[in-house]
Amino acid sequence: MSASIRTSLALAALSLVAILAALWLGPVPIGDPFAADDATHTIVWDIRLPRALTAWFAGAALGLAGAALQGLLRNPLADAGVLGLSGFAALGAVIAFAFGFAALAPVMSVVFALAAAALVTTLGWASRGPASLVLIGVGLSSFAGGLIALALNLAPNPGALADLVNWTLGSVEGRSMEHVALAAMLLVAGAALIFTAARGLQALTLGEEAAAAIGANLPRTRTLVVLGAAACTGGAPAVAGVIGFVGIAAPHLVRALAGHDPARLLLPSALVGGALLVCADIVVRALPTDSELKLGVAAALIGGPIFALIAARLASKGGDA
Amino acid sequence: MNAVLSLDNVCANLRATRALDGVSLNVQPGEIIALLGPNGAGKTSLIRAALGLIAVEGAIKLGGAAPQNLTVRDRALRAAYLPQRPQAIWPVSVEALVALGRFAHGAAPDRLAAVDQAAVDAAIAACGLEGLRHRRMDEISGGEKARAHLARTLAQHAPLLLLDEPTAGLDPAQSLGVADVLQSLAASGGAVVFSTHDIALAVGAAHRVILMKSGRVIASGAPVEALTPAALQMAYGRKARLERIGDEFAVIFER
Repeated sequence: MSASIRTSLALAALSLVAILAALWLGPVPIGDPFAADDATHTIVWDIRLPRALTAWFAGAALGLAGAALQGLLRNPLADAGVLGLSGFAALGAVIAFAFGFAALAPVMSVVFALAAAALVTTLGWASRGPASLVLIGVGLSSFAGGLIALALNLAPNPGALADLVNWTLGSVEGRSMEHVALAAMLLVAGAALIFTAARGLQALTLGEEAAAAIGANLPRTRTLVVLGAAACTGGAPAVAGVIGFVGIAAPHLVRALAGHDPARLLLPSALVGGALLVCADIVVRALPTDSELKLGVAAALIGGPIFALIAARLASKGGDA
Repeated sequence: MNAVLSLDNVCANLRATRALDGVSLNVQPGEIIALLGPNGAGKTSLIRAALGLIAVEGAIKLGGAAPQNLTVRDRALRAAYLPQRPQAIWPVSVEALVALGRFAHGAAPDRLAAVDQAAVDAAIAACGLEGLRHRRMDEISGGEKARAHLARTLAQHAPLLLLDEPTAGLDPAQSLGVADVLQSLAASGGAVVFSTHDIALAVGAAHRVILMKSGRVIASGAPVEALTPAALQMAYGRKARLERIGDEFAVIFER
């Protein structure tokens, strides 16, 4: 059994344990989550299960997109945020909130993530190296950030402003099975595209020119991965708001176990991303704060320092991953 | 016999400079051709042109077809390419890197069919990497990395190898080892075009040399005949001569 499969099995088990723990743990103590009384049933199956599954699917989507984009850009610090996909996904939802169509927020974030993906691939089509793709992404990201700030600035009333702020903080509170279905659907679509490009990601280990010389169709690989990542990153904020760092952190957490082959990292990164976000959400619910700590805030508090440590470690190795 | 590569009066511009200027060349199966010349002479451009990586005027045929009309896969089945500074961006194992040479044959490094595994094993053996196959690319020396990348091109099983300075950074013994690998490949019908600054190695290993300067071929043919003092001086701007020592040749540049 390969290291990647062993790691994936272990992480799938971890995900399952985390989800079961999320059913059992929470502000209302529950003895047996499988008890038949109405209250337990409502709390466990109607509140906690959709919440845990939403967190898992969002985390898995972010982890998978991060691993795929790091492979595509050959950059251990890449993720959907760097390419501007997350920024645009967030912008799409913010526009929906700002114009009073909150129900359309999920659709808008997916559409905007896809638009950003199309923009990045079109603008970056002629570019040779991954650096220009990143630069285009950084530009798009700042632009999206500016427009989000503008929407907050011009919010018509305090209620809309609160909606916007809450959403940008990221949360899986009060999610339903419709959210779960949406996140699952987009994850499956994104994963189908990304796994089709897995061999191309392996070839890119040699750099773009040599990858093409061994027979890899790089425009196809690039398009599949960016579209797949767009489906994943559009899906995650659609159901969970803005959650950073899972995409960057997940691949790094599994490299030591599953190896560095970018194709073999995809599945473990998705599984660890899902498990991470479920665990983070358990922590969020367990902390006795007056108003519940937002999941995006917790993810950034944990992820920020990890990101800085990764960058510092890479710098001390001379930038070599 | 059909040429594995032919260039007919090929010209190319790279930014403002003439990178290739009327280059013609025919490579037959079983031939080793060394590209010589100072930095900027056009050696790398010639190799990249052969792969269709730069736009050219004039006709290029790679295995009988124009390279820019080939799919990337068909190109990979006709020529294996070793860039000047080969990269292993992720520290995969030596074996996984070599297995990438089987890409055009439809293999993924972690799922090799028997024929792919045999090609990988043979390439690893040819480059003396048996003891290193499970080591990571960031754990081995520069010479070992160079051999791993060479093994990757061998595993590709293309009728033509295009190698851009395959011995750069290698010690003399390792360079000779690479020459041995190329010669045994040629003996079994493979063709090799490689660029190098190691003139003595080219004289010892190649059937023909192409001496270039400013994008033009200034001498070509059997090494000892082509590399006259006049040709060497024209290429490198210094007085130089080949000196026979027993069966071997040395290149002496005058100070």
